[in-house]
Amino acid sequence: MLRLPEFELAVPESIDDAVRLLAQPGARVVAGGTDILPNLKHRLDHPPLLVSLARLTALRTIVRDDAAGVLRIGAGVTLTELAEHEDVRTHFPSLAHAAGHVASPLIRNMGTLGGNVNLDTRCRYVNQTEFWRSAIGGCLKSEGDVCHVVPGGRNCVAAMSSDCVPVLIGQDAIIVLQGPDGRRELPLGAYYSADGIRHTVRGDAELTVELRVPLPRTPRRSSYSKWSVRKSIDFPLVSVALRFDLDAEGADAKVEAMRVVVGVLGARPREVTRLEDLHGLTLRDPAFAKGVADRVYQQCKPLENVPYEAPYRREMLRVHTRRAIEALVAGG
Amino acid sequence: MPDDPRKPAAQTEANWQLGKVHRKVDAMERMRGITRYTDDLKLPGMLHAKIVRSPHAHAKIVSIDPSRALAMPGVFGVVTGKDFPIPYGIIPWTPDENALALDKALFVGDGVAAVAAIDEDTAIEAARAIDIVWEKLPAFFDPEAALAAPPELQINPYSKHANLSKEVLLEFGDVEQGIADAALVVEGEYFFEGTTHAAIEPHCAVAHVEPNGLLTVWSATQVSHYLHRELAKVLELPAHRIRVIQPPLGGAFGGKSEPFDLEFVVAKLAMMTKRPVKLLYTREEVFYAHRGRHPMRMRYRTGFTEDGRILAMDAKTTIDGGAYSSFGLVTTYYSGQLAVSPYAMGAYRFHSTRAYTNKPACGPKRGHGSVQPRFATEVQLDKAAVALGIDPIELRRRNDLGADAQTKNDFRIGSNGFLECLRRVELSSGWRERRATLPYGHGLGIAGSTYICGTNYPIYPNAMPQAAVQICLDRSGRARIFSGANDIGQGSNTMLAVIVSEELGLPLDDIRVLSADSDLTPVDLGAYSSRITLMVGNACLDGAKKLRKKVVGAVAKRWSVPEHRIVLAQRMAIDRENPDQHVSSAQAFVWAEEDHGLLGEVGSYNTPKDRHGDYRGATIGASPAYSFTSHVAEVSVDPETGVVEVGTIWVAHDCGRALSRKVVEGQMEGSAYMGFAEAIMEQHIVDPAHGGVHTGPSLLDYRIPTFLDTPELISLIVEAPDDRGPYGAKEAGEGPLHPSIPAIANAIYDAVGVRIDTLPFSPPKVLRAIRARAGAEAKGELAPHKGAR
Repeated sequence: MLRLPEFELAVPESIDDAVRLLAQPGARVVAGGTDILPNLKHRLDHPPLLVSLARLTALRTIVRDDAAGVLRIGAGVTLTELAEHEDVRTHFPSLAHAAGHVASPLIRNMGTLGGNVNLDTRCRYVNQTEFWRSAIGGCLKSEGDVCHVVPGGRNCVAAMSSDCVPVLIGQDAIIVLQGPDGRRELPLGAYYSADGIRHTVRGDAELTVELRVPLPRTPRRSSYSKWSVRKSIDFPLVSVALRFDLDAEGADAKVEAMRVVVGVLGARPREVTRLEDLHGLTLRDPAFAKGVADRVYQQCKPLENVPYEAPYRREMLRVHTRRAIEALVAGG
Repeated sequence: MPDDPRKPAAQTEANWQLGKVHRKVDAMERMRGITRYTDDLKLPGMLHAKIVRSPHAHAKIVSIDPSRALAMPGVFGVVTGKDFPIPYGIIPWTPDENALALDKALFVGDGVAAVAAIDEDTAIEAARAIDIVWEKLPAFFDPEAALAAPPELQINPYSKHANLSKEVLLEFGDVEQGIADAALVVEGEYFFEGTTHAAIEPHCAVAHVEPNGLLTVWSATQVSHYLHRELAKVLELPAHRIRVIQPPLGGAFGGKSEPFDLEFVVAKLAMMTKRPVKLLYTREEVFYAHRGRHPMRMRYRTGFTEDGRILAMDAKTTIDGGAYSSFGLVTTYYSGQLAVSPYAMGAYRFHSTRAYTNKPACGPKRGHGSVQPRFATEVQLDKAAVALGIDPIELRRRNDLGADAQTKNDFRIGSNGFLECLRRVELSSGWRERRATLPYGHGLGIAGSTYICGTNYPIYPNAMPQAAVQICLDRSGRARIFSGANDIGQGSNTMLAVIVSEELGLPLDDIRVLSADSDLTPVDLGAYSSRITLMVGNACLDGAKKLRKKVVGAVAKRWSVPEHRIVLAQRMAIDRENPDQHVSSAQAFVWAEEDHGLLGEVGSYNTPKDRHGDYRGATIGASPAYSFTSHVAEVSVDPETGVVEVGTIWVAHDCGRALSRKVVEGQMEGSAYMGFAEAIMEQHIVDPAHGGVHTGPSLLDYRIPTFLDTPELISLIVEAPDDRGPYGAKEAGEGPLHPSIPAIANAIYDAVGVRIDTLPFSPPKVLRAIRARAGAEAKGELAPHKGAR
C-alpha cells in the first residue's frame, strides 16, 4: 500500500507551543489529517515535523457572541460538528449545508474547519502518486516545470476545492491567525491568492485559530450549490455560494445587497462582481435569477484542472446558480 | 427485495434447506472483522517486496542496475525479467507475458523489476534505487491504429500476427439475404468504454519455502489451480513441490482470474532469499493489473420483419485488448458467440478483431465478453421497436428462443425462463400503465440477456472431471467438505454447505467447508464463467448422495424399515411414517461408520458433450445450461444538465432453482449495481496526450457509485429448473448484470428521445444529445418527444 514518509510528530498542549513548533522550517500542521496525509502518501511534501492540533481543545468551540454580533468558530471544530451545530444551522444554513456535504461522513468526522479553509489546491495532474507524476514529468506544483492544464503557463492553476470557503467569504467571514508576532485578522476573501503552489497569505509559522462570521442583521437568504459526479465522497466540480440581503422577509422582498462566490476555478475563489444593477429587484423576479446566473457564467471560466469538460462545468455554473435562487424562492 | 414469498411446496421435509434464506458460512467472521485475508498473514522473518514499474507506455529496457538497491541495509534480493524467461498466459495457446518485462515494457505500469526488503518502507526506497535506462518506442492507444501499424512496431513480442491478437469470423445462415429481405434494417455503431473490477481487496500474495523445498504460495486469486500450473511452468518446479492456498477474498469479479506478476515475484524472491516474502498491490497497481472489461467498438446491422422478428444480425467488433492476451482469445469468441440467445433469428454473422495496444491488459470482468455486445444487441432491438411501433417487451417475446431450443450458432438451450423474466419485470414495474403516461424527462427501458453456467470445456484440454468434491462425515455428527473451488465472496462455500445440509440433514453450523488449498482439496478449475453452482454443485451432490445412501441404509437396517421411510433433516434421522422414531445425526453417522468404516465419499462432474455444433469455435460459449435475465430500468433525465438518475431497476433472473435465496438476491443486486455503475460513470482510460498514463488510478478518480447514487434494486427470482443443474440450479453471479446498461440506455430514450450509443452516459454527453434533438425539433425535422405529455 501507499506508505507515509517518515516525519516527527509533535502534540503540543497550547496554541503558543504549536506556533513555536511551526516556526521550525518545513513543519506542517495536522488536524484531522484528511488532506495532508493522502498528500504525504503521494509524496507531495516531505515535512520533517507534523504539529498535531489534537490536544488544542481551545480550538474546538463554537461561541455566539451576541455583544460583538459574531459567531466564533474554532478552527478545530470538525465538519460534522459544524454541520450539526444549532447556531450554524440557524444563522448560516448554507455553511451547515456546505460542511455537511464535504466528502463523506467519516471524513467529516475527522476533518476540521481550519483544515477545510486551508485545504491544499487540487489538480488532476498533481493529486496522483509519485510514480504517476514521474510518468508525465511532474508539473509546476510537483517535480516538474510545466503546466499540463494551461500549456505554456507559468502560474499554477490548481483548484481551490473547499466547500466551506466560498460560503464563508460570502458571509464576510474573518480569519484569525496566530503567529510568532501574535494574532492578526483579515477578511477571508483576502486570505487567498491566485497561485496554486502557495494559495494563501498564511505565514509559515501561522496557525488558523478561528473563523469569525458576522451574524446577519437584516433578512438574508443564503445557499450553497455543489455538484459532482457522485452524491458523496467527491470534491466539488461546480461550487457556488450565494448570499442575498433583503429589505424584508420573504421571496417578494427586494434584494439590497448580495455576494456571489464561486470555487473550483483556479487557486483563488472568485467573487462575482458587477451585480449592483440587480439591487432592488425581488428575489422572486425571474430577471433577478437570470441576471445573477448570467454574470456567474460570464465571469467564471473553469479550467481543465479537475475532471469533466470545462465548458460543461461553466454552463452548469449558470444552471446551478439559477436553480439555487429558485430553490430559495420556493423556500419562502 | 423478493416479491414472491417462498411457495409452501418448497418447505416440505425433502427440501428442508433448498431455497431458504441462509447466513453465509463466513458471514459472521467477515462482519466481525476477524476474517484473515492474504494481507493479514504474517510469517516469522517475512520480507516485503515491491515492484518497479515502467513510467513509459512502450520502451526498450537498455539496462537495469540494481547495485544501489542491493547495497542498502535491509535489502535481501532483486529480481528482473531475466529471472523469469518462460512466458505464461492463462490461455495455453497465447503465453505472451513474462512475470517481469524481459526486453521492453508495454504500458505505463508494466512490471520491470522487484525487490525484497526487511519492511515495506525499505522495499519502497530500494525500488527507487534500481536504475533503469530506457529507450522510448512509439506507443499505440487506439486498436485500429495499432492494427494499421507497420510490423516493426509490434507491441507484444510474442504475438504471431503483429498487433492482431485474435480474429474470428463466423456466419450462420445467409446474413446478406436476411438483410435484403428485411422490412426494417437498424444500423448502429456502439462504443463500450473499458471498465475495471474495483474489488475492495487489492491483490496480495505471500510465498514461503519450507526447508524440504516445498513452496507455498498464498494468493488472493480466484483460480488457484491455474496459478499452480503456471507457477510450476515459470519457476520450473514440479507441481507437487508447490502448494497454493487461497485465503478468504475481498472481492474479485474476474480481476483475479489469472496469474499476476506478484505471485511469481514473491515465489522467486522467497526461493532466492530463503525467507517468506509478501507483496500487496497499491490501489494504483490494481488498476495496472486490470484485466477489466474490453473497450469494444461494435457496428451492428439487424434486419427485422414488419412484425418485429429478427431475420438477420450482423456484428462487426473491434476489441481493444491492451498489452497482453489474457483471456482475449475467449473474449473475442464470446463477443459474438454469446450475443445470439435468448433470441431466435434467421441468420447471424460476427466478425471480431482483438488488437494489442500499449495499455493495461483487458480480460474478464463479470459477464466476460458479452456485456458489451449485449448493449449493442438490446439497443438495436429497442430502435426496431420504436421504428415498427411495437412495444419493446412484446418485440422480445416474439423473438423468444424457448426452452429445449437450439440457437442460431448451434448451442443447445435447456430450461428457459426468459418469458417469465419479461412478465415479472413488466408487471412489477407497472410497465404498461406507467410507460404510456410518464412525462418528458422520465422513462422506462427494457433489456434481456442470457449467460452461461460454466464453459463446456476447461481452459487446457483434458478429459478429467471439471469439478470434484470430497466429503467426510464423522461420529461427532459433523460434515467436512473439501473443495478446490474458489469462494470469492459469491458464496460458493455456502452453496456447497447447503447441498450437503439438504442431503445429510445437518444444519449449516455443523458443516465445515475447506476450500482452495492444493494440499488438502481436490483440483477445481476456479471461480470463472459462473461455473461453480452447476459444476461443483453437481459434484458435491454426487458425493453427498453416496453418503446419504450409506447413512439411510444404516438407520433403516437398525429400525428394520424400508430405506424410503428414512428422512435426514433437522440434525436427525427420522422415520417418515413414525416420526417419534428418530435419532440424532451423530448416532446415525455412528451406525453408518459401524457398517462401512470411515465415512468419506468423492463426487465429480463432467460436462455433457452434446450441447454445441461441430464447427471450429463451436465449443467456445457452449455451456451445460443457460440463465436468463431481464431488467426494467426507470430513469429521470435532467434536460438542463444531462444528469441521468436511475431510480429503480427491476431485475428478473432465471437461476433455475435458487438454492439459497438471499445469496441469489445478493448476486442479482450486486450485478445490477455493477452494470449501472458502468452505464453511468465508470471509465478505465489512459491519456494519450500524456504518454498513456491512466487518467486516475485511484478510487477517488475512478468513480464508482456510492450508496447515495445507487438505484432501488428489486430482485425477482425466476425458477425454470434445468435438468443439468444440481436440483435444477443455474448461475446467478454474472447473468443479472447484462441488461443493466441497455435497459438504462433504452430508458433514457424513453425519457428524452435521445440515443446514447457510447458509454458511459455522462452528463455532458447526454446534454449534447438533448440539445441536438432540440435543434432538430426546432427545425421541424423531429416531432417533440412525448409532445402530448
